[in-house]
Amino acid sequence: MRYMMMIYSQETPEGPPPEEIPGIIARHSSLMDDAAARGVLVAVEGLKTTALATTVRVENGKSLITDGPFAETKEQLAGYYIIDCQNLDEAIEWAKRIPTGCKGGSGCIEIRPVADLPYRP
Amino acid sequence: MTDQARAAVERVFKDDCGRILSTLIRISGSFDQAEEAMQEALAAATVSWKAGAVPSNPAAWITTAAHRKLIDAARRRRTHRDREDSLAYELENSAAAEPEDVFVHLPDDRLRLIFTCCHPALSPEGQVALTLRTLGGLTTAEIAKAFLVPEPTLAQRLVRTKRKIQEAGIPYEVPPSHQLAERLAPVRAVLYLIFNEGYVATAGESLVRADLCLEAIRLARVLCELLPNDAENLALLALLLLHDSRREARVRDSMLVTLEEQDRALWNRSQIAEGLALVDRALMRGPVGSYQLQAAIAALHADAARPAETDWRQIAALYERLLVLQPTAVVALNHAVAVALGVGLEQGMAMLDTLGESRELQNYYLFHAARADILSRLKRRDEALAAYRRALAFVQNQVEREFLARRIARLEN
Repeated sequence: MRYMMMIYSQETPEGPPPEEIPGIIARHSSLMDDAAARGVLVAVEGLKTTALATTVRVENGKSLITDGPFAETKEQLAGYYIIDCQNLDEAIEWAKRIPTGCKGGSGCIEIRPVADLPYRP
Repeated sequence: MTDQARAAVERVFKDDCGRILSTLIRISGSFDQAEEAMQEALAAATVSWKAGAVPSNPAAWITTAAHRKLIDAARRRRTHRDREDSLAYELENSAAAEPEDVFVHLPDDRLRLIFTCCHPALSPEGQVALTLRTLGGLTTAEIAKAFLVPEPTLAQRLVRTKRKIQEAGIPYEVPPSHQLAERLAPVRAVLYLIFNEGYVATAGESLVRADLCLEAIRLARVLCELLPNDAENLALLALLLLHDSRREARVRDSMLVTLEEQDRALWNRSQIAEGLALVDRALMRGPVGSYQLQAAIAALHADAARPAETDWRQIAALYERLLVLQPTAVVALNHAVAVALGVGLEQGMAMLDTLGESRELQNYYLFHAARADILSRLKRRDEALAAYRRALAFVQNQVEREFLARRIARLEN
């Protein structure tokens, strides 16, 4: 089963302390290397700050474009992994290794099973 | 014969439901299919045993019969879906063995079931409901009644919980050793929660809910039987037995009786003996954990022939250690009371006053009740009365309200 692991990180204006950045990068690299070596890494991306986010909402055929993320919460989506796992416990083990401080403050990982949609291009 | 057959079926369901169901879930990979097959097998047993003799191993009979139902169901599905092929093949081959062999030689699957039902990715109320339904063999109606929720709500909760297991891919496995400690904590929490739900209940509701206490004890026994080397599992069983040993003495004429005022002749001696032996075994094994400390405290209470013989000094020392592992306001409150009774009233009172500065305990009736009790022992009658009245404002349960009212009346005279 494929699981998406969404990285929610607390955004601070100054971002993570400079001395922590090499560690964060190293942990991501080792995680990606491990998952890729085992052939289970489906996708991984990091996102730029929510200061650059745009929200598009279409209602009754009209679209409303607004600046910023859809919800003003303390922790914001900062990136994701999609990893192919045997079960949730395996996904939890991967998730424990994902650093969450990339946007400044502490954070968490939300794990969701990926739906097998009938149509794929 | 009819009654004998029905009684035998009911007994198998009560005693072996968890064992049978856990095996069927492993074979079928589905809670729903397993439950359905077991229900069909139980129905078949009632008919078949009525006509002939009850088999020598009724649980094996049910397991085998349910196993065949699973094969039939898998065959029916096979024609539609290729994916089921391997399952049907496996089922047919494993069914070839003699009935007794199937049951006796299958691994005990209850441990997998315990860990799956108490998986931390499930909601706590879902964990409790599914544990009671599958391992405890309680009906949906019984669980709903015990937790005072409407039956459809409880049924919905079970559906949601099983759906998450299936669709989020929660494994049906005993966790590997490096995860065992982390995964055992929620298992013990679920059993303790089931017990407490039964224990805080009082007259009127008492029948259904005493069942919950017994069920929690039974499941804790299963846990100890399956993982006998874990000190915290032993301590949990000890703690439940020691608490439960006082059940008869806790309520008199639908009124709550404090530990100090209980008729100790009503305490269940054999449960206490078993609990004390378990505490010793757990403490020898270690490493020390919060259930061991709580069980050791319960053991000191159970050991005292009269309230005056209670070793409060030792209890205070144990609470001090528990506070390190569980730094909660309630543990701090119990520690302060034990210090008051074991070390010095003034010293305990000073600790209570410090605790009162945090807002957390201000709405907690037991905090005010404890203060009132220590104040009255210090002969500060007016302050004690005021504290009892504050406690009364936060109490939620009728039995506890009456208890406080009696305390107030006694002080006023």
